[in-house]
This record gives sequence, C-alpha cells and structure tokens, in this order.
Amino acid sequence: QLDRGCALHTAARDGLSSVSSQDVPAQRPRAVFHTSESDPAKHTEQHEGRLYNIPLEEVKAVFPHGLPHRFQQQIRTFNEARVMVRKPALELLACLKGSNLAHPAVRYVIYGERGTGKTMTLCHVVHYCSRQGWLVLHIPDAHLWVKNCKELLQSSYKKDRLDQPLQASVWLKNFKSSNERFLQEIKTQKKYMWGKQECTEEGRPLGEVVEQGLARVRSASDAVGVVLREIKQQSHRGSFRLLVAVDGVNALWGRTTLRKEDKSPVSPEELTLVHNLRKMVKNDWSGGAIVTTLSQTGSLFKPSSAYTPQELLGKEGFDALDPFVPIPVPNYSPREFESCYGYYLERKWLQHEKAHTEDGKAELQFLSGSNPRQLDRLAGPL
Amino acid sequence: TLRLICTTTAVQRKNVGASGPEKYTEAFIKKQIEEFNLGKRHLANMMGEDPETFTQEDIDRAIAYLFPSGLFDKQARPVMKHPTEIFPEQRKIQWGEDGRPFHFLFYTGKQSYYSLMHETYEKLLNVQKHQDQLIAQDLPLQKEKRNLAGSRWLTKIELEEMLLEKVSDDDYSRFIQLLQKLVALPCADIEEKYIQKFCKEVPAQLKTVVIEPLQYDERGVAFSTGEGKRKTASATAVVYDNGTGKITVNGTDILHYFPVLQDREQLLFPFQFLGRIGKHDMVCTVSGGGRSAQAGAIRLASAKALRSFVTEKEVEFMRQAGLLTVDPRVKERKKPGQEGPRRKFTWKKR
Repeated sequence: QLDRGCALHTAARDGLSSVSSQDVPAQRPRAVFHTSESDPAKHTEQHEGRLYNIPLEEVKAVFPHGLPHRFQQQIRTFNEARVMVRKPALELLACLKGSNLAHPAVRYVIYGERGTGKTMTLCHVVHYCSRQGWLVLHIPDAHLWVKNCKELLQSSYKKDRLDQPLQASVWLKNFKSSNERFLQEIKTQKKYMWGKQECTEEGRPLGEVVEQGLARVRSASDAVGVVLREIKQQSHRGSFRLLVAVDGVNALWGRTTLRKEDKSPVSPEELTLVHNLRKMVKNDWSGGAIVTTLSQTGSLFKPSSAYTPQELLGKEGFDALDPFVPIPVPNYSPREFESCYGYYLERKWLQHEKAHTEDGKAELQFLSGSNPRQLDRLAGPL
Repeated sequence: TLRLICTTTAVQRKNVGASGPEKYTEAFIKKQIEEFNLGKRHLANMMGEDPETFTQEDIDRAIAYLFPSGLFDKQARPVMKHPTEIFPEQRKIQWGEDGRPFHFLFYTGKQSYYSLMHETYEKLLNVQKHQDQLIAQDLPLQKEKRNLAGSRWLTKIELEEMLLEKVSDDDYSRFIQLLQKLVALPCADIEEKYIQKFCKEVPAQLKTVVIEPLQYDERGVAFSTGEGKRKTASATAVVYDNGTGKITVNGTDILHYFPVLQDREQLLFPFQFLGRIGKHDMVCTVSGGGRSAQAGAIRLASAKALRSFVTEKEVEFMRQAGLLTVDPRVKERKKPGQEGPRRKFTWKKR
C-alpha cells in the first residue's frame, strides 16, 4: 500500500499538521480575504470566496505545466501563489471525496464562458489530488497537440498514425517531474520493443520507459502511449488512485490545423497522442476520476460565443464523453469579487488613487462584468 | 410676367435712376389672390379632397407629391402659397394726386422711423408727467419689474419689416436706447401695451425640455425610457430602479455585446457621473451604425432616461457635461477631385 497521507515535500508536511480550519481573527483586514488553510482537502463552504496560499515549492512540483500563463506571471510578481476557493471547485472536491473507487471512473466536464476560471478550478482539483497522493495525469492543453506542430513523423507502431515527438517529449518531461515516486513503483507488465534494438523488459519501473522516451525522441509518442496504457491497467488494482486531468478536451474531437505532406488534412484519430488520450478518457477503467475542461480560446473552427459542452465537443465528442457530470463555472459572485479586489489592493497592485474608493470598486465591477479575466486585465494597467 | 406699372396719375417719380424693387399695384395683387384661390380649388379637386377645407399644409403636400424635386435647397423647390407671402409687402405711394404727401414727416426721408421715435418720446413724456403727478400726491410709485429675462427687443430686420423701410444701425440703436429709457422709469406700466409691440419672448433653453415622470411596471419597480442617436445608430433604453447594475443589450450581456473596454466605459459614464453605478438595471435595444456609434447612442439614451430619476440641478449638470447633447458629427461627404472628404490626391510634380 502506498503511503497515502504522505506529502510530496517537507514543506507540505508542515502545512498539513499545524493548520486550523478557522481563520485566526487578525487585526489587519487581511484575514477577510485569505484563509490560512492550504490543504484543499479541508476547504469547505466557509472558505468560499477566499484565497489560499500554495507554497512555491509545491507549485513547482505539482504544476510544472498546468497553470495559465497570466497566473504564472502573477505568481512571479507577487512571489506567492494564491488561488481562490470557488463553489464549482468545492462541488468537485465533494464529489471526489465521496466517489467509490470500485466503480468505473466518473467523468466531470467543467465548462463556462471565456475567462471565468475553468483552468484554475482544474488546478485546484489537481492540487487536492496530489496532496492526497493520487497519480495525476495532467495534460495542460490538448489544443497544443492538434495545432502548430512543426514535426510530424509517421508512427512505427501503426502505419497510418502520425507521431508528434516534440509535444510528447515536453509532456513526458513535465510528467516525470511531477510524479517521480510513482514512476519508481509502477512496474511494466509487458515487454515493449523500441525499434530494432532497444526493448524494455517486463517488470521494469515505468521510469525507464519515460527515460527511453526522453532519450529517443522519435519514439516519445509511443512511450506516452505505453505509460498511459500501463497506468490504466494497473489503476483498478487499487495500489494508487489515478486522476486524469485534461484541459481543453474538446480538442480531441474537433478538427486539426495540421496537414500531411500531401496537404490532406489530418483528423485527430490519426495522431497517436490524441488516440491514446481518448482511450484514457473513456470510462472503462476504475480506481480514479476524469476531470476535463472545455476551452474555447484555443479551439479551432468554433465560434467565440460557444461555451456549452454540446457546441464545443460536437456530436462525436459528446457521445464519447457521455455520460458525464457537467460543472458550470460562472463569473465572480459579489463576495468573490470583493475578495479578489481586496487582494489586489492589499498587494498594492492597484496603484490608481481612485481605485481605492468605493466608486472605483463599483466601476471595476461594472467594466469587468465580474469576469475574472477581464478584471485581471483591467487591474493590470491601474 | 410683371411689368413696371406706373401710377395712373401723371406724376413723375422722383428718382428715376434707382427705381428700387418692382412695385405691384393693388389690382395686380388682387388678381393674384383670386388666381390663387381658384388654383387651390382646382388642386383640391385634383387630389380628390374637399375644396372648402383645403388648408395650406394640404396644398404643400399636394405640390410635393405632384412636383417631386430632388433639390437640396427647400426654397428652390416648387411652392404654391398665398400671394401676400410671396410678394413682399411694399409701401404704397405716399402722396396724393396733387403731389402733396400724406405724412407730415415725408420730407425727412425716413418718415415711419421718425414718426415712431416721435410717438415713443410722447409716451415717455406721458409717463414722466404721470410720475410727477404721483409724487405731488405723495403716493408710492409702483415698482413692478417687467420680466426682462424672457424677452428681447425686436431685431433690426424685424423693425425694418415693421416699418417697411430701411433702418440704419445707428437709428436702430437710438430707438432701442429710447425704449430702454422708457422701460427704466418706474411708472412704465401705463404704456405696457405699447412696449409689448416691440418685445419678443425668448423661450429659455431648459423650459422647452419636458422631463417625463417615472412610470411603474407590474412589479412596482419604477422605470423610465430614453432614446438616443449617434451617427446612424439609434437606441432605446429602459432604466429600472432597485437594480444590481446589470445591463442587457439586444438580449445579450454587455460583456458579450461590447468586448471592447472603450464601449463599456461609454456606457458606464452616465451612471458614474451621477454616482449610481450599481443601483439601476438597464435593458436596451440598438440597431444601425457601428460599434462605437451604438455605444454612443446607448449612452445618450440612458442619460435621457436617467433624467427622470434625478433632481433638476443634476439634470443641468448632466447637460453641461454633454451627456444630453446629440452628437451632430456624421460622415462628411466625399468631394469630387479629392480622394476623401479632406484628403487630396497625391500631388505629383509632373
């Protein structure tokens, strides 16, 4: 049995033991917006609308590649990572806590308008799972795999599929850094041949497969496929729990912008990475959960006003993902808006004199429409 | 055609060189009036209307229908009006058969002007005499001030029209000074009627604008409507009270309809100016124009709707801030010989 409560790093261990779930009433108004509870497992409705801190080392370990770009910039500016606890995330966490692992994996689809915080919700859930000791399979943006690919190789495994060595190797690197210990513990169950000479024997730790993929970039996509298959097969045994977190899952069923050498368009099934990922997202395995996000921003050939699962996934994707638990993510509620505004004020991000007044706050709320992304962009120049 | 008709008597005209504008005899004018009335009845018959109740507006409409004209200048289009409006009023001949002028001031040259001054001065003396009488009887002098704010004196052109002769600037200013002197006296109320002839009402700017009262819908929430236009875009806005600051445009939220920050700032301006950002809900419909024009139109419409919720002083503030003014700027016409309204073609030396 793997040690479940064991944190990944020493810093997190301290965080677990000493915190209390009530906020210490501090003299400064800081406590209104923040909560010292940095374990997502203990977040409840009390903490809704408040921001919790993730220690920076944890950020580097858990999220080598998951966070949105602007949030990473914010972390670097403020020197701390503060994530807001919101209702959709709390719902998801409650579902995860109560889910029965013997059943097939439940699929959750987070959807919402542009800029309402779907990716952040996903990251919150990923943080929780990594704290709990799950194996996290986090694909930061599936859209990256279906567009702007410079190299396409024909797969050696199956003749009609196409490989993407660059994307696969990048992902393997990040996967390795976030899930080190699992890679040592999980063993392969089959013998795999890489090309003519190299092969991986049965019973070797998965880390070797990953190394192989990183070393031989040509076979990186196949390495990814192997990793995914192994993990899926072994997850229902119960030795570990698996979370598949995919951001931008509608990329798996849409169209691609890639073309083969004879200028014919590539459909997603022909890409090895997409093919393997689709197998993961199918709920024919048990012992974990699948949490996905829909994203319109990177999606191809879809109108910008589309945000419901039906529109973005298309018929194919909807049938493939059916049944799923939809989780809508709305704009900020007034309370959440206040706490975000208070946070910016406290970190002195809003420098304009008028921004400190009530009128300024009302103006910001009006102009941003309580949309988190708009508020972030508005507050930038101020 | 009009011919210069001399008078029936054998009197020569004084200045042969400058005969002035053509003079129409009375008989001529009468004949024109008869023709006009006949023509009016014919026109009514043609249009199928009742000849008895055919007004000038009906005539105008009929003429516009029968003779459509694309000319821009309204005064250049075909017109059918009563002869008194077409032929300018003119002075009839001022002297009798024996050559003796009727008026005693004829030989001053500006007889009506001098007679007017004479009359006005007579009234002034009257008022002064009355004043002296009151002082002699030790009665208090009446001091009711006329409302000078809402009225103005006749302009020079209006005076010329009244007197039917040319008035020079100097003469005009002297006349106005005399009138003001008359009005300044405390007992000028006696001659009020005479002075009224030379005054005109000036409607104050704000008085012509009526602010509608608030209406209440089924739920009991107060609301008011406003309309606005800007450069081919027209918008109607309904502003509800007791709201949360939500705004819907053509059925969609403003975040989706106006993705650009600048447009949303335009919408925000009236509410921010009055300090009522989160207090009102708004539902608007807009059509025409482009992105910026629609934003400007909604801004005007919402400002007009907000007038009903707000005190008069704040309405005046809004007007001075320019929130209630229609923006007159429209796209300027492209001129021939130029590439755009102002841009000229590239100048080539050879």
